[in-house]
Amino acid sequence: MEAHTPVIGGGRSTLERSPLARLPDRILKWGLLGISAAVLVLIVYFFIRLIGQSTLAFNRFGVFGFVFHNRWVPSRLEFGAAAMVFGTVVTSAIALIIGVPVAVATALYLTELCPRRARGPLTILVDLLAAVPSVVYGLWGVYVLIPKLKPAEQWFADSFSFIPWVGGHVAGPSVFIAGLILAIMILPIVSAISREVISTVPAEHKEAALALGATRWEMIKMAILPYSRPGITGGAMLGLGRALGETIAVVLVIGDDPAIPHSIFGQGYSLAAVIAAEFGEGSNQSIYRSALLACGLVLFVLTLLVNGFARGYVLRGERKMFGGGSRWRRGGGGAGDEPAEAAIGV
Amino acid sequence: MTELPRISAGRRRKDKIMRGLLAAATGVALVPLVLIIYYLVYKGIGQWSGQLFTTDPNGNFLGYPGGIRSAILGTIEIVALATVIAVPLGIAVALYLVEYGKKSFYANVVRYFIDVMTGVPSIVFGLFIYIVLIVSHLGGNFTAWKGSVALALLMLPIVARSAEVVLNLVPGSLREAALALGAPRWRVITRVVLPTAASGLLTGSLLAIARGAGETAPLIFTVGSANGLAFNLSQQMNTLPTQIFTDITSPRNAIVARAWGAALTLVALVLILNLIARAAQRRSRLA
Amino acid sequence: MIPPDTQNKDPRALSPPDSTEQGSATQEEAPDVSALGAPKTEGEGHNVVLQGLSAYYGKMQVIKDVHLNFPAGEVTAIIGPSGSGKSTVIRCINRMHEEIPGAHAEGSVKLDDLDVYAPGVDVTAVRRLIGMVFQKPNPFPTMSIFDNVAAGMRLTGTRGENMRERVHKALRAVGLWAEVKNRLDRPGIGLSGGQQQRLCIARTIAVEPEVILMDEPCSALDPIATLKVEELIDELKARYTIVIVTHNMQQAARVADTTVFMLDGEVIEHAPTSELFTTPKDERTERYVTGKFG
Repeated sequence: MEAHTPVIGGGRSTLERSPLARLPDRILKWGLLGISAAVLVLIVYFFIRLIGQSTLAFNRFGVFGFVFHNRWVPSRLEFGAAAMVFGTVVTSAIALIIGVPVAVATALYLTELCPRRARGPLTILVDLLAAVPSVVYGLWGVYVLIPKLKPAEQWFADSFSFIPWVGGHVAGPSVFIAGLILAIMILPIVSAISREVISTVPAEHKEAALALGATRWEMIKMAILPYSRPGITGGAMLGLGRALGETIAVVLVIGDDPAIPHSIFGQGYSLAAVIAAEFGEGSNQSIYRSALLACGLVLFVLTLLVNGFARGYVLRGERKMFGGGSRWRRGGGGAGDEPAEAAIGV
Repeated sequence: MTELPRISAGRRRKDKIMRGLLAAATGVALVPLVLIIYYLVYKGIGQWSGQLFTTDPNGNFLGYPGGIRSAILGTIEIVALATVIAVPLGIAVALYLVEYGKKSFYANVVRYFIDVMTGVPSIVFGLFIYIVLIVSHLGGNFTAWKGSVALALLMLPIVARSAEVVLNLVPGSLREAALALGAPRWRVITRVVLPTAASGLLTGSLLAIARGAGETAPLIFTVGSANGLAFNLSQQMNTLPTQIFTDITSPRNAIVARAWGAALTLVALVLILNLIARAAQRRSRLA
Repeated sequence: MIPPDTQNKDPRALSPPDSTEQGSATQEEAPDVSALGAPKTEGEGHNVVLQGLSAYYGKMQVIKDVHLNFPAGEVTAIIGPSGSGKSTVIRCINRMHEEIPGAHAEGSVKLDDLDVYAPGVDVTAVRRLIGMVFQKPNPFPTMSIFDNVAAGMRLTGTRGENMRERVHKALRAVGLWAEVKNRLDRPGIGLSGGQQQRLCIARTIAVEPEVILMDEPCSALDPIATLKVEELIDELKARYTIVIVTHNMQQAARVADTTVFMLDGEVIEHAPTSELFTTPKDERTERYVTGKFG
């Protein structure tokens, strides 16, 4: 006797669903796809419009002229943003130099050395640095950090004035303070990524080092750091991306002076800061506004490059070395922390 | 007969020193947090009063400068609207990636874009909205809802990424069991996947909200400023971050003092959101 | 009744060795242990004696009051079903057990007359004397072949010509020299599984320990590679005290002079290998070696 599926009206077997019943599935799938496509399209659209708005300034001053010419005189409608580019780069560099080693050190301590019971609370505290709003960092920077550090900075500037970029009168707001605050602000993200990377070092490598008679620190140097290098580098680059674009804290402490300072204790500007500071005046004159938006474009491109590279480099580096997928990017354990870390921007 | 080889004192010392350094670095990392909280409380708590929360900034040059009521309400309204936009869209994108797109090329492109979006500076989002909605005078000049849109752009990738992580944690076996019972895909998503992931999704959303509530830069170019209370989202509106930002550079001590009070309020708000988020995370059925 | 495989046959007669591994010489390279110096004479070797050893993971006790001795110049195998505690026992010998959070051990482990658990003893010094080879070959992935072997030596400040000599000696001793001498700077993980494990053994003997602990060293290897490692163990035993944990009874029969059978954290029987397999004294031993459980 052959198997026979019953048939109902329309020649459909009862095992098939009616087209109507399949509709919600279809709607859902294409709806969701549409939304994600819309997000992509939106980003590209914004990018194009930003370029459009900047062309006025680029046409007037030339792209290279705008980026590398150090002459920002709004009263004469002359705009060259070299000082801003300089400030952005230098403050970010300071942030990396100070912030990354401290972040990696905290990551190592929290993953490898910290007593188990203290680990949870300490980790939450380090991550909490990311929750402080940027404007609060600015407020604290202006009224606490600047006055309190001024004597120490002046001492340093006087004692070490033979080093280039150090020395001179310390006014208060400065490129250095901006870099220092940025270092604090990128610390949580670099630390979180480093912690993830370090915790995925296979136990077998750590055991091999210990079994050879290595001390704890030697084990870290031998087994953990080389393995974690690509991931930590990627984390540092993401921190860099964050530092490049930080606006509010920087504009409040950097001094807002469109000049390249002679020392890190001098005042300067950054691409993000100039936009925030001069937007009020600038929005009324089209060339001024275009120059500010061009600064925004330069900033956007910079962060895209850094972030795009960081995400690509880190993933590729890990895959090349170890042949497998990158565990720290998605899923696969550590369930408790991942939503929180994803929200920090890991 | 057997003697232990002597581990050189140098190695032992180096080990101790490096371990001490690493612990010290962790302490150093926490110093700013402690200092910030200390100063916030020290300078801000004195400002907390009934007046602070029930009056608006009045822009007067002399005398009492007013409270921050309009700022608080403005922040609540603008962030609420931003949440309504960003959270459903973010979860939708994550749902697509987890349930349908998975490892396809298109899904990877979307993921990459979302990741890159998390690195875009918040000021750039403000500029986007400025260019598209304000320069073109679309729907009025500076308005509160435009600020919400800018914040939503900022919050969307955060929600999407943490939602994707959480949705991936829902065991495949749960989905399969539901499908094997004959449930259509959309039912599996709405009745099985989303409820299981609910507290994780909540965590991610709360953290995104906390982030959005603290942002200033996107609002500067989109919302304009106002002192008085405004309920209509198509007007300009005051917010806590912009209020603080303006107050910081004021020459009047009373206004700077108010900034500390406002900052303490903002940080308290953000901290509470963070704590609720982490509590939700711990109660998650997935952790 | 014993499984037929455990009779004294030369394992090399089972299948002709063939050069399937990467870059092997045209002729099979036997381990050249003479590079390591003269074998230990009677009385020169080092015994390991366990007394009243108990080990815990937190509150859970996994080793119960074990008394064992591992004589110098011999290979002792520890067999038993999963969970019998055999890996934990050897991890207690070089104090790797305590690296796991919450784990601790009691009792004494004496290397000759030195108790490694005595207060004030430096664990890193203990591990220089007692080396370990792990189940899954674990060469350091970012290091070259040379650097892998040299890793332990670098810790103690060995440098230059002296170090280079010892690396070459160790590689010769494990029979890898001909295969890798032209590519010492290539990554250690580029080798095949069996070669990697021999590399790890070279790394272990390069620091000149007195005891070598092996935790199922062949379970991740193919039969050819396993044979090579067993051959190596046979050569090495004249110079070291070797303890090998294995879940493979045939392997125990092939390489070990003495075998210990453990069950549920206790030593059930400890006897010369052939005796344990042919005339086990305990009923549980008999049931295990005849395959009635495990």
